[in-house]
Amino acid sequence: MQLDAIQFFFERFAINASDIDKLLTIALMRGGDYADLYFEYKVSNSVGVEEQIVKSATKALSQGVGVRVITGDKTGYAYTDEIAFDSIRKAAQTASHIASSQQPSPVNPVNATPNRHNLYSVATPVSSVELETKIDLLKKGDTVARGFDKRIREVQSGIFDEVKYVMIASSDGRLVGDVQPLARYSISCIADDDGNLQAGRAGGGGRVGIDFFESESKIEYFARDASRQAIIQLDAIDAPAGTMEVVLGPGWPGVLLHEAVGHGLEADFNRKGTSAFSGLIGQQVASDLCTIVDDGAIPGRRGSLNIDDEGEPTGRTVLIENGILRGYLNDRLNSRLLKVGQTGNGRRQSYKHMPMPRMTNTFMLSGQDTREEIIRSVKFGLYAVQFGGGQVDITNGEFAFSASEAYLIEDGKVTAPVKGATLRGSGPESLKKVTAVGNDLALDEGVGVCGKEGQQVPVGVGLPTIKISGMTVGGTKA
Amino acid sequence: MANELNKQLASELAYEAVKNGASAAEVVIKQRTEFSVGVRLGEVETLQQSTDRGLGLRVLLDGKQASVSGSDFRKDALTELVQQAIALVRVTSPDDNIGLPDSKAFAQTIEDLDLYDEAIVNLATEQKIEMALRAEQAARDSSPLIVNFEGGGVDTSVGSLILANSLGFAGAYRGTSFSIASVPVASENGQMQGAYWYDVKRQLADVDLPENIGRIAAQRTLRKLGARAVATQNVPVVFEQNIARTLMSYVFQAASGEAIFRKSSFFVGQLGEKVADEKVTVIDDGQLIRGLGSRPFDAEGLPTRKTVVIKNGILENYLLDTYTARKLGMQSTGNASRGLVGALGVEAGNFYLEPGRYSPNEIIGAVSKGFLVTDVLGFGVNTVTGDYSQSASGIWIENGELTFPVQGVTIAGNLKDMLQAIEMIGNDLQFRGNITSPTVLIGRMTLSA
Repeated sequence: MQLDAIQFFFERFAINASDIDKLLTIALMRGGDYADLYFEYKVSNSVGVEEQIVKSATKALSQGVGVRVITGDKTGYAYTDEIAFDSIRKAAQTASHIASSQQPSPVNPVNATPNRHNLYSVATPVSSVELETKIDLLKKGDTVARGFDKRIREVQSGIFDEVKYVMIASSDGRLVGDVQPLARYSISCIADDDGNLQAGRAGGGGRVGIDFFESESKIEYFARDASRQAIIQLDAIDAPAGTMEVVLGPGWPGVLLHEAVGHGLEADFNRKGTSAFSGLIGQQVASDLCTIVDDGAIPGRRGSLNIDDEGEPTGRTVLIENGILRGYLNDRLNSRLLKVGQTGNGRRQSYKHMPMPRMTNTFMLSGQDTREEIIRSVKFGLYAVQFGGGQVDITNGEFAFSASEAYLIEDGKVTAPVKGATLRGSGPESLKKVTAVGNDLALDEGVGVCGKEGQQVPVGVGLPTIKISGMTVGGTKA
Repeated sequence: MANELNKQLASELAYEAVKNGASAAEVVIKQRTEFSVGVRLGEVETLQQSTDRGLGLRVLLDGKQASVSGSDFRKDALTELVQQAIALVRVTSPDDNIGLPDSKAFAQTIEDLDLYDEAIVNLATEQKIEMALRAEQAARDSSPLIVNFEGGGVDTSVGSLILANSLGFAGAYRGTSFSIASVPVASENGQMQGAYWYDVKRQLADVDLPENIGRIAAQRTLRKLGARAVATQNVPVVFEQNIARTLMSYVFQAASGEAIFRKSSFFVGQLGEKVADEKVTVIDDGQLIRGLGSRPFDAEGLPTRKTVVIKNGILENYLLDTYTARKLGMQSTGNASRGLVGALGVEAGNFYLEPGRYSPNEIIGAVSKGFLVTDVLGFGVNTVTGDYSQSASGIWIENGELTFPVQGVTIAGNLKDMLQAIEMIGNDLQFRGNITSPTVLIGRMTLSA
């Protein structure tokens, strides 16, 4: 599979290892510590059903090569959308200008090597499935969503899939490749109860084949879930305002970790000293109940990769162990400058973008408590089970995310649903307030997208049920 | 010239799709050259340069549509693209409202909106580096408390768009943009704060001086030092110009035809109704000279125009493309948008709240106890219901004076109520993007801590 990608580029674009050596030599002709080439060929498909008919079908092809030259902490980058020697040579010349030495730097001839793991054992990639099959699945989901409740008025759903061939060659002699499948189903519903309009959304996927959607009745499950959320919101009351105990349900609420600590532990911010977590390695940054990892090597997950976008094998990185900060997420540039090992977290949106340290699948490990015990222990608070997006200000550690499905907890019991409340906290403070961790770790369903400096990459998050002793809930009911 | 060649290519490809079985077709070609320089602590950190182009083909057949895109312009690759589009369109469903616009409605002349500046194209790398460094230096010189930088730099973009269809429309325009940003970090008593400032314009001569960008970025960063929380309460909230524009982006989403026909907007059924205080007039103008959201024709070839969305508080118009207009039994407002691939959508031209007569200082001076919002975090806005809740930081107002910085709070309300509760509108309208607003004062919101 991995060597297939190299063969794919060599055959389709008439490029060979000696061309690559020449191009890397050109990239380093003005000196520099390191150069790499990132080849990408991507086919993406989408099909969408709305108003019970197939309203859209698309196919997009994109291809190109990004050339990067690193000298010290400086980076030169250029790309071309033509995978041809002359075009790549021009890009290499452009990128080389970041270095200004009179002497060219040496290049080790590239040598193809297979990847350490194979995380996408996809029998039938979604991209190779007949459109009719996808349409049948979408129509089935649409029918289930509408059948859930007669107040469901609008349903919009789609299947998005891609297959991305990548090949990465670097001046230290590395030549690796990967064929990366990715698929996602999304559904959104509008409930209308006499003019009271509410929305619900669900979906999932990963680096999976069509069997993921077919065999486990996944689509029916997501369709019901989207409708259920919209219907529940019809009766939601105003969210409370103020600081209170908050219980987060398992799975997608792990987006809290992504915002509260994940971004702050990306090595670029820490090397520059601009993260609220800078200089805190070895110190207590969370309650000792918390162990948080980033793992890019879980089979089939949306955030997983055999190799990162610099060709480094992915793996598991312990970020916080029993509350103590253990490490950062690294790419090549930052690991070199910080003199620590790479962690396989160098990621980029496409050949048009420079890699930087990014999360893969970030989650907290399970603890001892049951969900029932945790909820029972709360006198008055919020139980949040579904979230929209989140955001963080790296420098001061402030983060916020919005709860799309949440309930009041009164006297140890889950009671009324509340309207979308924003939860906010401070990264270095909030996890110190974790007072209970459930035994029910779940990863999300596979729809996460993380944005950083304008670059979007697929990610996963996960969480067991946890209790935080105090968070600000931004409701209207003061 | 390259645009003329590509216009011909686009037209030919649209007709080729028709020859191969489509009832109509439309081709878009986008090309762009981008350059960016990032500086940090007095040195160049990144230099990035790229040129790319892409082509999108939409085909229609018996009331159905599908689209494909690629970046390979060789003859056989384009032929393959046409085949793929025809294969795709056969499996989609007919929908009476899908189709190209009436050919009589296409833009007849391509207005020169002054979107292109040769000075940006000709700017040397050294000049861009120098401007980026000057902005950073000005921020560093502002105070010894500015200890670090998250980043900052200069980006330029030179692009063109070509649109052609099988009904005979073929148009092209080009545009430039120049942006400059500074992102300083300040530190005092163990607290670290970051903020940013920037400018972006279509013409180099319109861009603010690098020294001003750096100085304002530093001021915005320094004034956050010493931030603390305040108690939960209901208070008047002043949205600074730069944050008020985010409110306008939600108003735009709610007024877009897609949200309306999908019933996912709090403006559904509100045409002709009072949706805001009578001081509120909201305009979308796709023809503003030098506007970042200006274009001579929209993504379907229809002329762009000025549309009054809210007039003195009354919702007068939605913003529509041909499809959403047909769905709603209305006329397109020339707001069609498209990427290379996918269904068309609706996008804003230059969308703004008309300025009022008060300076920001007069607005702050009118508040006896309240909160000036300077930053928001999170995506807690539901444009279906109008529910609004975001984490915020800013400055506390007492007796009309700015007092201490605040962070660690959220502000919440409902956009429907917030629009009705606009009490004062500033005179400080500025365009640093295609959706903008002057400073606004909203009478009462829930502040949570």
